Amino acid sequence: MWTFIHKWGSPKWFYVMSAKLQPLFWMVSLLLIVTGTVWGLAFAPADYQQGDSFRIIYVHVPAAFLAQSIFVSMALASLVFVVWKIKVADMAAKVMAPLGAVMTFVALFSGAVWGVPTWGTWWMWDARLTSMLILLFLFLGVIALRGAFASRDSGSKAASVLAMVGVINIPIIKYSVDWWFTLHQPATFTLTSRPAMPTEMWLPLLVMVLGFYCFFIALTLMRTRNEILRREINKRWVMDLFQEAR
Amino acid sequence: MSLGLQARQLACERDGRWLFEGLDLDVRCGEIVRIEGPNGSGKTTLLKLLAGQLGDYHGELYWNGERFHKVREHFLANLLYLGHSPGVKAGLTPLENLAWYQALNGDKGDEEQCLNALFHVGLGGFEDVLAGQLSAGQQRRVALARLTLTRRALWVLDEPFTAIDRQGVVALEKQLAAHVQAGGSVLVTTHHALAVSPAVRCVQLG
Amino acid sequence: MLNTPAQGGLWIAFKATLKRDATLMFRRRGELLNPLVFFALVVTLFPIGISPDPVVLSLIAPGLLWVTALLAALLSLDSLFRTDYDDGSLEQLLLTPQPLAALGLAKVVAHWLFTGLPLAIVAPLLGVMLALPAGSYMVLSLSLAIGSASLSLIGAIGAALTVGIARGGVLLSLLILPLYIPVLIFGVGAVQAAINGDGIAAHLAMLGALFAASLLLAPWAIAASLRISING
Repeated sequence: MWTFIHKWGSPKWFYVMSAKLQPLFWMVSLLLIVTGTVWGLAFAPADYQQGDSFRIIYVHVPAAFLAQSIFVSMALASLVFVVWKIKVADMAAKVMAPLGAVMTFVALFSGAVWGVPTWGTWWMWDARLTSMLILLFLFLGVIALRGAFASRDSGSKAASVLAMVGVINIPIIKYSVDWWFTLHQPATFTLTSRPAMPTEMWLPLLVMVLGFYCFFIALTLMRTRNEILRREINKRWVMDLFQEAR
Repeated sequence: MSLGLQARQLACERDGRWLFEGLDLDVRCGEIVRIEGPNGSGKTTLLKLLAGQLGDYHGELYWNGERFHKVREHFLANLLYLGHSPGVKAGLTPLENLAWYQALNGDKGDEEQCLNALFHVGLGGFEDVLAGQLSAGQQRRVALARLTLTRRALWVLDEPFTAIDRQGVVALEKQLAAHVQAGGSVLVTTHHALAVSPAVRCVQLG
Repeated sequence: MLNTPAQGGLWIAFKATLKRDATLMFRRRGELLNPLVFFALVVTLFPIGISPDPVVLSLIAPGLLWVTALLAALLSLDSLFRTDYDDGSLEQLLLTPQPLAALGLAKVVAHWLFTGLPLAIVAPLLGVMLALPAGSYMVLSLSLAIGSASLSLIGAIGAALTVGIARGGVLLSLLILPLYIPVLIFGVGAVQAAINGDGIAAHLAMLGALFAASLLLAPWAIAASLRISING
């Protein structure tokens, strides 16, 4: 376990190994997302209540899932960075934050678009949407804090602390927002929380969720590799790499 | 009892740039060690590091032969650090400032001692004036009063002569000399030429 | 020549730090009033901006009072560690043989005593002006007193993270406000429940739980954040 962590903690090792993993994840994610999209849009049955507009679920739910998972992974990476001082973990945490913010935005936007046919309005203070909005602010806070420090090292550590504080708070926020929502007599109808979804509806959804996760892993690997090059530009092995490329 | 602060192969990296590398340093009792180097060579960072303020460094630090992080509390109980800023609250009187520093050490505090220390640095009669109304040099002196007030073996002083007049400089030099003669040790950065009787060892950075 | 660390000094250091901060705040009485004046002023804006009708006001009063008090507490947070950072005493705080988390907590307690508690005491007066229904005044004060303690604790993490950043004030609100939402929900919930005649125990228990959790965790985060900021 220890040697495993330390191997992957070396930027050079990470750079070399991720080069092998990266194409695999790109391929799988492309395959899954294309399959899920075609399946979900063309073959899955229409909803008896919402008709075809429910198909936004195939973007909304994976994006919302992924956004929350990204925050958790970011906090985990931050923990690894703070405890073991592994810089690659910090680089990963750094590149995850904007991705998470974008995913949260996608979830919010698709939720708003979905709101038009279902609620007749672009925005409802629905529990899920409200939690997503708060998550977006948490992401923006982490990004802004990292950028605000003149010293990169201090920015990394500060953003790590904030990510960990945030991840402790996410369940509390989610729980309290749900409570708040039930107190205010919810609209009879929430997006996506439905008793039982028929198999032919949720299977493509599962495919999409998996596809989004693979996409996230592939993109994180790619962006972490870029970050490694940017930070280690003065190191021997990076210089050698550029020499070879030339 | 022997006292000593040792650094072995000490290196410090900030944002991908090495401030210093492979530094070996020994501070023994009865010794003044002066860190020299041009601006930006990492003097202040080194001092903060040796005062236990910074956690991320490469290499090893020892206090009395034991690893730093194991004896951190013991080390801090024997350290007096004066940084760039004097650490004197403008909204408190010199007396209140000193009383707080005493309490931080877990000391109940003794007003007589505080007054004595203030008198020693030439601030007799100023003990009840808000520190914000004192001049920059006088505020420095409030901080320097801690040298008399708190008995600590290791002094780490970052530019202690800043803003102090000539008499103050002479008095501080005498105090440094007396401290090392009594078996203490001093780690100092200064641009001022030290005129102290025991030899000052210099360590060059950058 | 060598000292051994003093035993039992933590309580002395804690008390002295609390007393020091209290003295400092008391000497700047004008600044101390600022959050309260802000609270009253913003509350005044709402009847002017929305409607002077007591029926409308009484409907929005609980949330309005809570949100305004929350913002007032937030405003005062930026200076919590700022002056200590500027004059170098924060650096000294890091180098005492006492745990930094405890000393940070002492500062937070002082902050709460001089901002959160006064806000909680003043809130019922402003409640009268907003036609807050009778029977909810005690609950308003109580929920604000417990809630603002959590707000001070959580906010201090943000203040510690941004103390090294010039003009960190806006950033501080961005970091902290999302974390304030649970406290706001249960605080307003308690007042609303009192108005509706429902049980308030559940809301207050949740506020208490949030307070206990922040009391347990926040000091460590504050200490870690201060160590980061001091090296920035």
